[in-house]
Amino acid sequence: MRRAVGAALLIASVVSTSAGEPRGLASFEVSGDSIAKPLDGRIGDAERGRSIVIDRRGGNCLICHRVPAPDEPFQGDLGPDLGGIGGRLTEAQIRLRLIDASRLNAETLMPPYHRVEGLARVAKEFDGRPVLTAAEIEDVVAWLVTLK
Amino acid sequence: MRRGVAGKALRRALAAVFAAIAPFAAEAEPKARSAREFLSLELAAEQADETLNRGMLWVELGERLWKDGSVPSGRSCASCHGQPGGMRGVATRYPAINRETGALVNIEGRINGCRVQHQSLPALAYESEELLALTALVAHQSKGMIMSVAVDGAARGFLEQGRAVYESRQGQLNIACSQCHEQNVGRKLRGDVISSGLGVGYPAYRLTWQGLGSLHRRLKACQQGVRAAEFEPGSTEHLSLELFLAWRARGIPIETPGIRR
Ligand code: HEC
Ligand code: HEC
Repeated sequence: MRRAVGAALLIASVVSTSAGEPRGLASFEVSGDSIAKPLDGRIGDAERGRSIVIDRRGGNCLICHRVPAPDEPFQGDLGPDLGGIGGRLTEAQIRLRLIDASRLNAETLMPPYHRVEGLARVAKEFDGRPVLTAAEIEDVVAWLVTLK
Repeated sequence: MRRGVAGKALRRALAAVFAAIAPFAAEAEPKARSAREFLSLELAAEQADETLNRGMLWVELGERLWKDGSVPSGRSCASCHGQPGGMRGVATRYPAINRETGALVNIEGRINGCRVQHQSLPALAYESEELLALTALVAHQSKGMIMSVAVDGAARGFLEQGRAVYESRQGQLNIACSQCHEQNVGRKLRGDVISSGLGVGYPAYRLTWQGLGSLHRRLKACQQGVRAAEFEPGSTEHLSLELFLAWRARGIPIETPGIRR
């Protein structure tokens, strides 16, 4: 499986260079297990972040995670409960885990929400685009840090 | 992350323990679990009772088509095969290699082969009501019998091709079939409980579809879920996956027509 992923990485990077910079991908700097600076210097909006997390057409995070939103039925349990996440992790740690959790655990199930290389067989309408934009990432981070 | 790393260390430790006791353990491999085990009581009751099971409407349509001799050749399925009960056991061996062409065919492909070669009829479209009905009729004859596909000879290459797809991450969400259907069986994905992802209930009646659907349609739905470019129903990729799933289901009984959410 690792070999297949490697090959896909090669193909994806060739595609993105020939098509120019992938649209809407912010640059960032990882240090340790964190990304300290907000993407594009944006200030997130926690209320918007909450709806992105819950919305099935947005982040749809509840397929895998529980959050403190008692009126939301059918919360998944593939990932850790995000209740209290703002007490367990810093804003900078949460940002890296959203952008690309595979940097910390190569076998992670957590999807990379702001990465476009190294992906195989992406559906056309999503190819070359991150799942969440820089602004959406910052909104989600802003809500998660409030979950103490 | 903490969970991931700890989980990895734990898995490694467990693997070491298993390696040590493997020669003494009877069956180290966990048994694959059908989605039937995770159905609500209501849906499980519907699947079990053929007078309630909505999928049986297609099996009944299949029985009518099976006997239908109003075709140019004058030959119905029944003219060559007799009663549908003669198909008992067939579904346990499919998909299988066609000896003449070397191609991998599933039940749908076999039915269409008969239509074209022996009945001088055009192939039925994948997912058409007629093909679903005939496939359900054939598979239903093996209900309760355990899967046992052959994976030697020419089938081996297809099996490995299916395995490679199954174990590779795909789509914008970057998730492999195995990550859900091996590593997270029994966990909740929103309102669904994840099973071992077997094909033993198909064609199945799915509430989401309000009708019967093929295994390949279900596979497409999983690919859509991870935002991957979908393989087409009936494609070699889906057939290879079907063979791999059938091999994973060895020893598990056929349920067709299954009832699913
Ligand atoms: C397909 C399943 C899946 C989806 C969808 C998913 N996650 Fe995760 N998430 C996980 C898993 C599994 C982990 C544990 C990561 C590891 O161990 O490598 C995780 C970890 C995390 C963590 C770190 C938690 C900790 O305690 O260390 C955060 C924060 C997080 N996810 C937020 C989100 C948000 C926000 C979304 C949606 C935008 C999301 N996740 C969508 C499966 C998922
Ligand atoms: C993000 C999780 C996820 C991924 C990845 C995924 N599936 Fe599924 N799959 C599900 C869920 C949830 C269901 C419905 C509940 C169940 O039966 O497991 C399902 C159902 C199925 C079923 C029907 C089982 C039944 O008896 O009704 C099959 C077969 C299947 N998946 C195969 C696959 C294959 C092959 C792949 C890869 C191409 C795949 N899945 C990828 C989550 C996933």
